[in-house]
Amino acid sequence: MDFLQPTTWAEALEAKAAHPDAVAVAGGTDVMVGINFGHLRPSLLMDLTRVEDLQEWSIEDGAVRLGAGVSYARVIAELGTQLPGLAMASRTIGSPQIRNRGTVGGNLATASPAGDAHPALLAADAQVEVASVRGSRRIPVPDFYTGVKRNAMDADELITAVLVVPPSGPQQYSKIGTRNAMVISVAAFGLALHPDRRAVGTGIGSAAPTPRRAPAAEQFLADELTGTGLWESRAELPAATAGRFGELVADAASPIDDVRGSARYRLHALSVMACRALTWAWADYRTDTGKEV
Amino acid sequence: MRLICTVNGTQQQVDDVWEGESLLYVLRERMGLPGSKNACEQGECGSCTVLLDGLPVCACLVAAGQAEARQVETVEGMADGGALDPVQQAFLDAGAVQCGFCTPGLLVSTRDLLQRSGRPSDAETREALAGNLCRCTGYEKILDAVRLAADRLAQSGTGGHR
Ligand SMILES: Cc1cc2nc3c(=O)[nH]c(=O)nc-3n(C[C@H](O)[C@H](O)[C@H](O)COP(=O)(O)OP(=O)(O)OC[C@H]3O[C@@H](n4cnc5c(N)ncnc54)[C@H](O)[C@@H]3O)c2cc1C
Ligand code: FES
Ligand code: FES
Repeated sequence: MDFLQPTTWAEALEAKAAHPDAVAVAGGTDVMVGINFGHLRPSLLMDLTRVEDLQEWSIEDGAVRLGAGVSYARVIAELGTQLPGLAMASRTIGSPQIRNRGTVGGNLATASPAGDAHPALLAADAQVEVASVRGSRRIPVPDFYTGVKRNAMDADELITAVLVVPPSGPQQYSKIGTRNAMVISVAAFGLALHPDRRAVGTGIGSAAPTPRRAPAAEQFLADELTGTGLWESRAELPAATAGRFGELVADAASPIDDVRGSARYRLHALSVMACRALTWAWADYRTDTGKEV
Repeated sequence: MRLICTVNGTQQQVDDVWEGESLLYVLRERMGLPGSKNACEQGECGSCTVLLDGLPVCACLVAAGQAEARQVETVEGMADGGALDPVQQAFLDAGAVQCGFCTPGLLVSTRDLLQRSGRPSDAETREALAGNLCRCTGYEKILDAVRLAADRLAQSGTGGHR
């Protein structure tokens, strides 16, 4: 095994072009488990923690540009206001030790259906910026997940950053696991209300081969809120609307039975989480009269 | 490959490190620092917790080369000669150590917690130590030890200074 420690992004991309089978390592919280257990024996291990651009976040054209190597601990500490859904999801990940090392870029590249960043990024309409020596491109996050632990990157590409427009309304994240720390989700749900464009964003985790949105639920709720004038009045949300939204979210999932939970349980959990997340988000929206929309 | 990093304030150099090796392996098997324990090698138990550039991490998940030129602090660096760190003393006095396998990781995590927030609430403590598993104590004595250490550090004015 070779070990490479590029200090610039150009150097990293050149190495990836020359060695498409090289395995990048950021926080190592997925990669090192694989190496320790002998499941992963890359010919080249490429440490990305010295590439400074990846460890930074900035505001670019009104969006947060989150470097692929920013840890969950920093998302929580520094970006709670700009990326509330992702920060909430980050708080549920692993343990303090894992959050100090694990990165959003690593979560994306692993593309596990259970990855906690995904539902939050889906709900917030994030884009993933990937790059290679050939240039860079932006992939809308729903198109990034192509199968179980598969993503839309070509062999010579690496993830540069995630772009997320800061919220115009409340966001929520809900996760079911067997305890409060160190659990892979049994099912998870992310929600974003976008009052500026009268839209709703959703993300489902651990309940389909890939993380996915619930488009019918999004459309139903957006139409309901617009049709009844609720975006403007901020009046109480009818319980039946939240309940129907929950059902439609569950309809979008296609879970399996596995050691963590049954498909039936996951569907039920999703409908309950979606209904609750919406209730919490709506309560936030009603009290947040500061923002004119 | 060669690895040079600072461990407990002393520069260390080791050769013939395998590229896929973890920092935990390097510490235990190459540097003669077996204080950090190896129990799971998958980030679940926290018994390998060390500070890497001041942050608690699982040494089993840090690739050796990622520690190049970094600062590593392990449980071996806590006692000052024969004098135990107040956190270590509190764990002994509170009876928070049974088999002791989880203890080094808990000491490193607790020391970090108390340096960040001098008097953590029990909820904060549980959150901060959620990545450190103990199969023996049932955690109550560990919580006692954290409170005892926090009290003593507050009295001596050495807690929460970071
Ligand atoms: C104990 C434990 C608990 C965990 N709990 C959770 C949890 O609750 N929720 C959750 O979602 N995950 C959890 N995980 C999984 C893991 O922490 C996350 O997936 C994390 O986001 C991985 O990030 P990393 O930086 O550590 O990735 P690494 O392990 O460094 O890399 C992961 C993958 O991403 C690739 N990669 C990394 N950076 C880039 C880049 N810039 N461009 C292209 N490819 C890249 C690597 O090659 C590798 O394939 C847990 C892991 C452990 C060990
Ligand atoms: S040995 Fe590192 S977390 Fe268990
Ligand atoms: S004292 Fe035995 S594992 Fe904690």
